[in-house]
Amino acid sequence: MLTPFKKLWGFVCRIWSSANRPAKHLSIGFLTIGGFVAGVMFWGGFNTALEYTNTEEFCVSCHEMGDNVFVELKPTIHYSNRSGVRATCPDCHVPHNWTDKISRKMQASKEVWGKLFGTINTREKFQAERRRLAGHEWDRLKANNSLECRNCHSTESMDITVQSTRAAEAHQAFLFTGEKTCIDCHKGIAHELPDMTGVEGWE
Amino acid sequence: MKRFLIHITTTIGLLALASTAAFSDGAATLRQGEPIASEPQAPKITKVENNDVKRVRNYPEQPPTIPHKTRDYEISLNANKCMSCHARTRTGESQAPMVSVTHYMDRDNQVLATVSPRRYFCNQCHVTQVTAPPLVENEFTDVENIIKGE
Repeated sequence: MLTPFKKLWGFVCRIWSSANRPAKHLSIGFLTIGGFVAGVMFWGGFNTALEYTNTEEFCVSCHEMGDNVFVELKPTIHYSNRSGVRATCPDCHVPHNWTDKISRKMQASKEVWGKLFGTINTREKFQAERRRLAGHEWDRLKANNSLECRNCHSTESMDITVQSTRAAEAHQAFLFTGEKTCIDCHKGIAHELPDMTGVEGWE
Repeated sequence: MKRFLIHITTTIGLLALASTAAFSDGAATLRQGEPIASEPQAPKITKVENNDVKRVRNYPEQPPTIPHKTRDYEISLNANKCMSCHARTRTGESQAPMVSVTHYMDRDNQVLATVSPRRYFCNQCHVTQVTAPPLVENEFTDVENIIKGE
């Protein structure tokens, strides 16, 4: 008697034995050129889809983002400012480097799970989870030395002579010495803060 | 009696009319005399002072003004951005002035370990300054000058 497992194993064996044989009817030219064209289409499609998930429009299409964090972002300087440069969601929340980006995107599959099961589908649920969620972002930025901040704000191109005295002094004492990284002081610059009880540097 | 009441009401009414007339000519209004149905030219939005230089207080009890920008500084149930520099324990790193000892006292002058809840909302008393010309003339005289008899 064949168990379902044996059936499945038989199927896998048949696929492998046909994949392992040279092609009987298709020419080598068709296979190489066809394979190349299919590869281009697959890769192009994959990248286009990936880039689409990296837009503000995509992030805000879920009401969890659109009604909470996006609304909070709007009055802050990263959304509305004198120079007209705007940081969108992925500029800060998705690494720009390809390998880091893919690993972040894989982590984000957990967020799809959260969306499906409504983990934060009300303002109250979101507020209750806010400390944990913010903590993930602080940990990520702490671990990569605030890489997403530094994609725009680099220490090298920062002219502290045009900063206010207190900013210049703080950057000289903590940033240039490497003692602290951006996120250590600049928490809550783009969204409201969670309950900061017990967070280092907050009373 | 009825006649007397009528007299009183007419007198009060006339007085009220007279006073509105007095207000409408020459008195400084924020609308600059623009009729109520039309919109006056809005004044230019001025910049917040950000020079980190203390301003002299007009009297000893005056809450000091904030000499820097406070845009997006959150003061809520969750967090108090001001205290991340001005709290006693934070001043070593920040070199910012510590909030005064009165902020650590309750209304019976009992000293507490942390900032008193009644002093939590900083911008109830402390405010930033803008480079706007005053809307009305300020005739405040410093007590120092009054002592000197100026």
